[in-house]
Amino acid sequence: MHNVALLGLILVPLVGSLAVFALPEARAELAKQIALAASLATFVYAVVLAGAFDNGGRRFQFEGSWVWIKSFGVHFALGVDGIALVLILMATLLVPAVVLASWNSIDTVSGGEARDQPVRSARMFFALVLLLEVFMIAVFAATDVFLFYVVFEAMLVPMYFIIGLFGGPRRQYAAMKFFLYSLFGGLLMLASVIGLYVTSPAHSFAFSDLVGSLPDNASQKWLFLGFFIAFAIKAPLVPFHTWLPDAGAEAPIGGAVLLVGVLDKVGTFGFLRYCLPLFPDASRYFAPWILVLSVIGVLYAAFLAMGQRDMKRLVAYTSVAHFGFIGLGIFAFTNQGGTGAVLYMVNHGLSTGALFLVVGFLIVRGKSRLVGDYGGTSKVTPRLGGVFLLAGLSSLALPGMSTFISEFLVLLGTFTRHKGLAIVATTGIILAALYVLLLYQRTMQGTVIDRVRGFADLDARELLAVGPLIALIIFLGVYPKPLSDMITPAVQATMSDVGKTDPAPPYAQPVNGGRK
Amino acid sequence: MSTLAALAPPALIKVTAPSLAYYALSPILIVLAAALVGVLAEAFVPRENRYVAQMVITLGGLGAALVAVAIIHDTSLVTAADALSIDGFTLFLQGTILVLSMLSVLLIGERSVDTGSAVVASAAVVAGSRADRSLITSERVQTEIFPLTLFAVSGMLIFPASNNLLLMFVALEVLSLPLYLMAGLARRRRLLSQEAALKYFLLGAFASAFFLYGLALLYGYSGTVDLGGIVTAAPERSDVLLYLGFGLLVVGLLFKAGIAPFHSWTPDVYQGSPTPVTAFMASCTKIAAFGALARVLYVGFYAAQWNWRPVIWGVAIASMVVGAVFGLTQTDVKRILAYSSIAHAGFILVGLVALTRDGLSSVMFYLLAYGFTTIASFGLLTLIRDADGEATHLSQWSGLARKSPFVATVMTILLLGLAGIPLTSGFTSKFVVFRAAYDTAGPLVVIALISSAVAAFFYLRIVVMMFFAEPPSNGPTIAVPSALTTVAITIGTAVTVVLGVVPQPLLDLAAKAATLRG
Repeated sequence: MHNVALLGLILVPLVGSLAVFALPEARAELAKQIALAASLATFVYAVVLAGAFDNGGRRFQFEGSWVWIKSFGVHFALGVDGIALVLILMATLLVPAVVLASWNSIDTVSGGEARDQPVRSARMFFALVLLLEVFMIAVFAATDVFLFYVVFEAMLVPMYFIIGLFGGPRRQYAAMKFFLYSLFGGLLMLASVIGLYVTSPAHSFAFSDLVGSLPDNASQKWLFLGFFIAFAIKAPLVPFHTWLPDAGAEAPIGGAVLLVGVLDKVGTFGFLRYCLPLFPDASRYFAPWILVLSVIGVLYAAFLAMGQRDMKRLVAYTSVAHFGFIGLGIFAFTNQGGTGAVLYMVNHGLSTGALFLVVGFLIVRGKSRLVGDYGGTSKVTPRLGGVFLLAGLSSLALPGMSTFISEFLVLLGTFTRHKGLAIVATTGIILAALYVLLLYQRTMQGTVIDRVRGFADLDARELLAVGPLIALIIFLGVYPKPLSDMITPAVQATMSDVGKTDPAPPYAQPVNGGRK
Repeated sequence: MSTLAALAPPALIKVTAPSLAYYALSPILIVLAAALVGVLAEAFVPRENRYVAQMVITLGGLGAALVAVAIIHDTSLVTAADALSIDGFTLFLQGTILVLSMLSVLLIGERSVDTGSAVVASAAVVAGSRADRSLITSERVQTEIFPLTLFAVSGMLIFPASNNLLLMFVALEVLSLPLYLMAGLARRRRLLSQEAALKYFLLGAFASAFFLYGLALLYGYSGTVDLGGIVTAAPERSDVLLYLGFGLLVVGLLFKAGIAPFHSWTPDVYQGSPTPVTAFMASCTKIAAFGALARVLYVGFYAAQWNWRPVIWGVAIASMVVGAVFGLTQTDVKRILAYSSIAHAGFILVGLVALTRDGLSSVMFYLLAYGFTTIASFGLLTLIRDADGEATHLSQWSGLARKSPFVATVMTILLLGLAGIPLTSGFTSKFVVFRAAYDTAGPLVVIALISSAVAAFFYLRIVVMMFFAEPPSNGPTIAVPSALTTVAITIGTAVTVVLGVVPQPLLDLAAKAATLRG
């Protein structure tokens, strides 16, 4: 098992990152070009890997494992199932989009007031983004719990610097809050990781050795909670979410896209990959509470989003609401719900990524994050307005957009098991329409105010950054099969790990006891 | 006649000279010899050559002792009438102390950062007097500090090896007395330095007295000072004497290791001492003290573990919480590092209460990793200066990355190491300690993890200051060090990263060396 395919995927952005770091400060243009080339190469590489992935084959593919720390039984073990692969694809697609979108804006504007604009090093930003990409791929590809933990924590560092160095006026506070929240969760997870090693009869960190090895007892519940809280903070699920609006609002747009689009998915990915298979009994035990939290998250965050005046905070809150849906899909323990949740992760990455990018384009022009500083913008910048509308519609899950399919599957999967929760959660769709359309209406429609009159429309670079995301959202909305084919076997494997099969649909029950 | 006979001295107890395994003691003997040569050099070598001569003698002596440790690495014996255990544990710690003290000597010997060196030319001048002020700009270098360091190191080498409480006390004094002096030798801020020295001396003397009192009670209980014989010597006696003696003895050791609630000297002494001396104290003294503590607990009182375990749990929790919480309120980088060392001492204790071989080897790994990171961070601290010497106030560090991205990056790596972020030695060492303690001390591990999350805040605050804040208009400058400091910082940082990425060789070494004899 020394397949180097995934190792190569990690090395491409790593080499790119080191190359950009090594450049002198004055070669900012070259730094951007290298960053774009490296991120595109990574994406192409990932697409080729996806092409070689056998949907009907083994659960984990491209597995490579090397001994790392022998006395802990730790391996540098990589491998992807369908879930991990689609998330890697999504992450590697977002990085070039972020690089393109940040091309000119990173050293001049971060969406803050003009006075808080120190000189910023573009080279540093792009090197950090590529370094983050290394960790993003590794975190999804790790099949060793220890390696996963290491990457999970290490990826905080580049994001911390992206927020702290390139963020808005309150970046120090936001970066610190982000880091401490995640670190706290991570340390609880570390306790569980050690506990997992000590209590499991396998005495191993390999995912495949650990699955199904834990007895159902109180210690399984404690270990589950360690992992769960770490992921719930990362995702973030509602009582643990308060860092995200600050981090999302203060991060530079590119950082916010990766933070909400990819980093937060690590939390929901962690639920599916680690919480459910490793602690099936504890997962079932805690599921009702988590489902209730998820529904509360959907509604609460939606109301908060409606009340926001800061566009970036607004988008951050919409994400919190969406993570509620993902949590619902995962802990409903149905194949539809699980598949829907994974699709939701990908679609949310694309749609929120697009929405953040468009909001970022607007902020670059208006130098303000406040909704009230814009009005009638789409009459001045029709292309920006159109893309804004599409991104917004995908965020509210309009049929025809890929997000609709995932939201529908999640609600369907939840309904078969928990009717009441599904019904309450459905109102979240209406609230989503409200906050997205209100945002669009206030900034884009209405009378053109003076402030927006001189705005330039989207240029080719900006369209190139956001266009592919929108196109993919629509394409997957019409034809999600390639994605769902890849995901379904992995979700089924996860659900069988947790020991849940779909409840039988009502029509399969024999009428009158089977007699006519 | 009969009265006279009664007054006559009793027949002398026949004392036979104990046999000494000289080769096993060679590291200690080499360092002591080098210290004596250093004293002679101080008297006979002309002043202009003294600095070079002392550097050669000190580094040569420490290097030779290190070679001796490497040669006898397989030794495992008890010598000098069972007073000294030269076993894997001792040799591992001796090797670590020697390497770290060499790095500290490099820092102490640095001459291009401050005029002369970080050490005052004449410590006895009244602070604030005219003569004292003129000393600041004096090019004169004071070289007595080198033999003092060697004497302290020799005490540190004996401390974890001593298998006999009397010898342990002697080692404690040999390592402490030079340190009291060295703490008062800072070139800048003389009053603060003298206060630190006095405080360290007074509290240290108290701690020594506690140790000695405990020793006396234990002797009274068991009639022996050999570690191995104390608990088993007199099973029929009341245990009160044993527990009292143990408690007092441990207070002395906890004081030296800087563990709460006996930590109050740490921040003041770390802040007032010359920074290279602080680096030396924070790394080497801590290692030696933990070595002795481990030997007392594992060899001496292993059988009584159910009695002392709650006590060590308590001080471990106190140390972690005090270090993490009080560190939050500090605004001086040296004091932050001092509180960090208190918290780290608590983490190390967590490994110690595991009471297994894994626990012992994890403590050894932790001590080594922590020592390197600490020396490099204090070394880096000496480079950031303003007109009054080192600029250690946190606000002076704002925007440092703008001035020197390189220094700020290295400091960040070291701080992430202290915070225990993965891919640094700090994470690996926390992991080994917590893994070893998980079974026997699960709740302690959870408290340790929560305190590391709290402690992360003050490490990050320094990073935030350096990278995300605007530099002040009259900010500090970054001194260009000579090769000495550069080498020390480079090695410290490199070890911090390497032990985070490929810890296996050292883990193997620690696991192999984790044997106690006695």
